[in-house]
Amino acid sequence: MNEYLLSIVLFTPLLGMILLLFIPAAQTNLIRIWANVAGLAGFLVSLPLAFRFDKTAEGFQFVERAEWIPAIGVNYMLGLDGISLLLVLLTTLLGFVAILSSWNAVTERTKGYYAMLLLQQTGMIGVFLALDFILFFVFWEVVLVPMYFLIGVWGGPRKLYAAIKFFLYTMAGSVLMLLGIFTLYFQHFHQFGVYTFEITRLINVNMPLHLEQWVFWAFFIAFAIKVPMFPFHTWLPDAHVEAPTAGSVILAGVLLKMGTYGFIRFSLPLLPKASIEPWIIQTIAVLSIIAIIYGALVSLVQPDWKKLVAYSSVSHLGFCTLGIFALNPNGIAGSVIQQINHGISTGMLFLIVGIVYERRHTREIKEYGGLAHVMPMYAFVFAFAMLSSAGLPLLNGFIGEFTILQGAFEANRTWAAFAVTGIIFGAAYLLWLYQRTMLGQVNNGRNLGLKDLSLREWAVFLPLMAWAVWIGVYPKPYFEVLEKPVNQLVERVRPGYFEERAAPVVAIERGKAGLK
Amino acid sequence: MNFLDLIWLIPLFPLIGAIVMLLFGKWLDPQPPSEFAAAPGITPIAGGHGHHHDPRASTDAVIQSDAHAHGSHGHLAHRSPASKMLISVLCPGMVLLSFFFSGMAIIQLASLPEKVYEVVKFTWLAGLPFQTQTGQVAAFAADWGFLLDPLSSVMILVVTGVGFLIHAYSIGYMGHEGGYYRFFGYLNLFVFFMLMLVMANNYVLMFVGWEGVGLCSYLLIGFYFHKKSAADAGKKAFVVNRIGDAGFILGMLLMFSVLGTVRFLDVNRVLQSGAFHPEMQFGVLSAMALLLFIGATGKSAQVPLYVWLPDAMEGPTPVSALIHAATMVTAGVYMVARSHALFSLTPETSWIVTVVGAFTAIFAASIALVQNDIKRVLAYSTVSQLGYMFVAAGVGAYWVAIFHLYTHAFFKALLFLGSGSVIHALSGEQDMRKMGGLKDRVPITYRTMWIGSLAIAGIPGLAGFFSKDEILWQTWSAPMGSKAVYTIGLITAFMTAFYMWRLMYLTFYGPSRVEPEVASHIHESPSTMTTPLMVLAAGSVLAGWIGVPKLWVAFPEAMRAFERWLAPVFASEEAHAAAGHHADTTIEWLLMGLSVTVALCGIGLARYMFLRRPELAASISGPPGPLYRVLLNKWYVDEIYSYLFVDGLGKGGGRVFSRFDSQVVDGGVNGAGWLTRFTSRVSMWWDTWIIDGAVRLSSFLVKMSSYPFRILQTGSLQAYAFVFVAGVLVIFGYYLVR
Repeated sequence: MNEYLLSIVLFTPLLGMILLLFIPAAQTNLIRIWANVAGLAGFLVSLPLAFRFDKTAEGFQFVERAEWIPAIGVNYMLGLDGISLLLVLLTTLLGFVAILSSWNAVTERTKGYYAMLLLQQTGMIGVFLALDFILFFVFWEVVLVPMYFLIGVWGGPRKLYAAIKFFLYTMAGSVLMLLGIFTLYFQHFHQFGVYTFEITRLINVNMPLHLEQWVFWAFFIAFAIKVPMFPFHTWLPDAHVEAPTAGSVILAGVLLKMGTYGFIRFSLPLLPKASIEPWIIQTIAVLSIIAIIYGALVSLVQPDWKKLVAYSSVSHLGFCTLGIFALNPNGIAGSVIQQINHGISTGMLFLIVGIVYERRHTREIKEYGGLAHVMPMYAFVFAFAMLSSAGLPLLNGFIGEFTILQGAFEANRTWAAFAVTGIIFGAAYLLWLYQRTMLGQVNNGRNLGLKDLSLREWAVFLPLMAWAVWIGVYPKPYFEVLEKPVNQLVERVRPGYFEERAAPVVAIERGKAGLK
Repeated sequence: MNFLDLIWLIPLFPLIGAIVMLLFGKWLDPQPPSEFAAAPGITPIAGGHGHHHDPRASTDAVIQSDAHAHGSHGHLAHRSPASKMLISVLCPGMVLLSFFFSGMAIIQLASLPEKVYEVVKFTWLAGLPFQTQTGQVAAFAADWGFLLDPLSSVMILVVTGVGFLIHAYSIGYMGHEGGYYRFFGYLNLFVFFMLMLVMANNYVLMFVGWEGVGLCSYLLIGFYFHKKSAADAGKKAFVVNRIGDAGFILGMLLMFSVLGTVRFLDVNRVLQSGAFHPEMQFGVLSAMALLLFIGATGKSAQVPLYVWLPDAMEGPTPVSALIHAATMVTAGVYMVARSHALFSLTPETSWIVTVVGAFTAIFAASIALVQNDIKRVLAYSTVSQLGYMFVAAGVGAYWVAIFHLYTHAFFKALLFLGSGSVIHALSGEQDMRKMGGLKDRVPITYRTMWIGSLAIAGIPGLAGFFSKDEILWQTWSAPMGSKAVYTIGLITAFMTAFYMWRLMYLTFYGPSRVEPEVASHIHESPSTMTTPLMVLAAGSVLAGWIGVPKLWVAFPEAMRAFERWLAPVFASEEAHAAAGHHADTTIEWLLMGLSVTVALCGIGLARYMFLRRPELAASISGPPGPLYRVLLNKWYVDEIYSYLFVDGLGKGGGRVFSRFDSQVVDGGVNGAGWLTRFTSRVSMWWDTWIIDGAVRLSSFLVKMSSYPFRILQTGSLQAYAFVFVAGVLVIFGYYLVR
């Protein structure tokens, strides 16, 4: 069982989609039920990964390998480490949640809609599991297609503009990435005489620094667009605003992490020399900090509820990229945890917008106000999501932010000093949004009759809320899962990091004082 | 039973209460739909998409324009009394249980030789390895652990003791309010976080409580969230506190990277081990202390981050008493005292603490002189008293800071609850210009507040005297002290006596200025409210007697128990702070006499201005002088902050960036798209007109050049015949002519 586990997880949604195609389009309810079953199955089959994962083991687990296109050395190779484990679990859960949340939201062309969501699942899981660069690239591109249709067909008024912008922008990055991949591929052939795309072997390539830098920037553009980092972020608000709710949840929750994952999985280990070039790190850190502050400030003044949440993503992802390029264990581990947190918190925030949008068909903040009187349970869930996103301790966001700040502080104190302002602005835009929508009195008669959360809507939120509390109260398992891969990564990029350097004054004194 | 091992239960009890209330309270305390749901004149409109609206909402959406918080008895009649009773027993009961467990644990602690007990439940934030400043690799970890020592024991007694009284008081005070379960749920949640704050064994877990109490403060300030002012105040409190929290986080990170630990006992031991020396210049430890102190200025409402506290009075009065007077706002003082080993190594930062404390004390007192809202006077008074505590901590007299924190909890909670009782009696009126002559109408409230006001003014024998006088004396005599700061403290003491007795005279004495329709409803509060007042009044009299000045040699050492109890915590600081102490008893007697005189003068002046010659006060407030106006408008600090930070940096910056984003950044993207399209158009034009044009031109040229020949080859026989004949004729003609 173990040897095919990853393939099962990977292809369950695809199988669900193929079977879905046999249901007649008129059978809307059957389509919905089947899609939900497939989504749930996709989540359930991924759970054994968590149980069978050996957090003490180095390297990849559950590895599968088969020849695909032997002529050019392309293999079907999958594998999982702590980092991808967490991202895969996030994907399968959010995928199910997104499908469940669409029950009433999508009434037209339901069959195509759910087929796209399921196809998307396989694409994203594939990105996180692939250990062959071409396989990865295929999944990376596969993901674009369903999202393009989700936005373009089931989206809002400017859906075509948003969908095309999303597609072309990401494609532009992909092309550069492909060039980078081929550079590594041919370099590997030059040095070892073997054509391969397996990253476990490409890691041995030793390129001159200038060439590494070229490849690094090629990868950087591709991943930075996906994250998105400032100034490559403007496709995001458009895509989010136009996308249907489930699309936004997946887009923010999982798709953006493909970029950060790319940095962690490819840029750092494959291009270690370029990754520690001070000017490169400085550049990326500055861009991350700009994203944190800029995203938060722009978020503050958005009149559109969903756009506000979209810009907050820019700010949060700024924390994630800052953590990665702090290049130390806490920075990277914090970044991965924050990626999960962002999926949970921002996923909830998008679902929250979606719920009132379904009822009122507007996202203008000024259309709302005083909803806490009319929808108290909804107001509670929103408050929860807001606090989780704002990084309140004992909820998930704090663990990620604090660990990232710890890493950033270790790398460069100025970075931490700037990044920490993000938590102030974060509180400001979220609380102000909450006040304008939930508090005060109902000033718009249309809002007086709004229905509170239904059971199905509760079912959408509960798993996310439970996860948020778990990470906040007992984050230890997450750090344990991440410890091996992250330490290995840091050792790869900064050899000798874990050796004691100077004569530690404090340690001597602590020894004297009889402390551990 | 070993209560010391069970101290982790102390915060857990109120958490259970909070969870039960917030999850199931709705069923225990069924609510009619909020009468404040809809703004005036708003009626349900069916959505344009055929959604059904709830008919209930339209009938129950009672239009009520003003938030008339109190005295609207009876309109919530259909609440089940049994389940309400359950709430009234469960939530205060949980706090009482914590109080009991605290008391028992502290008794057992007292018998331990080293008076420190730590319970670690599990590793909470188990981060990965990191490099400290010295290049060593340490594991970054924060435990879910609790520390009971003399310092935290004082705090948990204050939190659970005063907390219980305020819970009990709220049964009466909030009895007629909607959201009864919600109120108690938040209140219990607050006690949980506050206990986490004071019992944590490390800074990061302390930060959990620190942010948690901030959250509860936000929720409770905004309890009447239908009012915009309340929602605004809650948001302001949270965001301003976050500014402080950012400093706190950076302080913790610096501590990690310099000391390699955030566990209190380790931090203090490392700092006291001799590896670090007092920093004569501003160094890394001073920066660490300053960053932590920034956190303290947020939570404890010191300049420049004090602005949220007066607005926080939008919350129900028990909240003001518990959170914004007795407990939460003292967290900053507790944190500085907890970090005493750090602050005593950083004279630079300690001096900043003293100066900020002294400035805040006199600054807030100046505003309190002229405020007309009874709760705002008390709010500024709290800010001012917290300033005193920081002065004490800044000059190194940590135990005195905690002593004042402890006495202040009694009399300030009393004063707030008393003011709440007055407000309750007056159906929600908070403006002292519409009070007066209430002395006999609410006798218990009056008498207890009378005691509280004497206590805060510093009249000998009452709690405030002992702690405030000790602060003033330490400021004068301690090596870190200063005569200038002492003078500020003395002036503040005068102002304190004045504004408190202004409050008393305006509220309880003189002719009644109560609005006629309110006057008929005036009633003393129920016993659930007056009993806590009496208990706190007793505390305001007695609490100080465990910290009798050393000067009063006639009293037994047992009456100086407070200092001795805290001595193990602050032992090392006491040692070098004690040098040069109590050298001259004459001066100490003189100063004590001086501060009592000043207090009496303040009371006397208030009596003269507001009781004897009320027209004098009226003439001062009548045509307002510039100073009066500045004070009344709180030095315009809110306006300045709002202009600079909220509208300027926040919204202004947001707007500028937003335009930048859509015009420049996205403009670049769209520009690239436009450029692509433009290039493709140009290419198409080029392709059509130049490339293809050349092709077509060449074909055209060929076509044109072939034209003459083409017209010759018409295929018409007649034409050929004609040309042939014409040609023959021409040739003939040629030969003929030649």
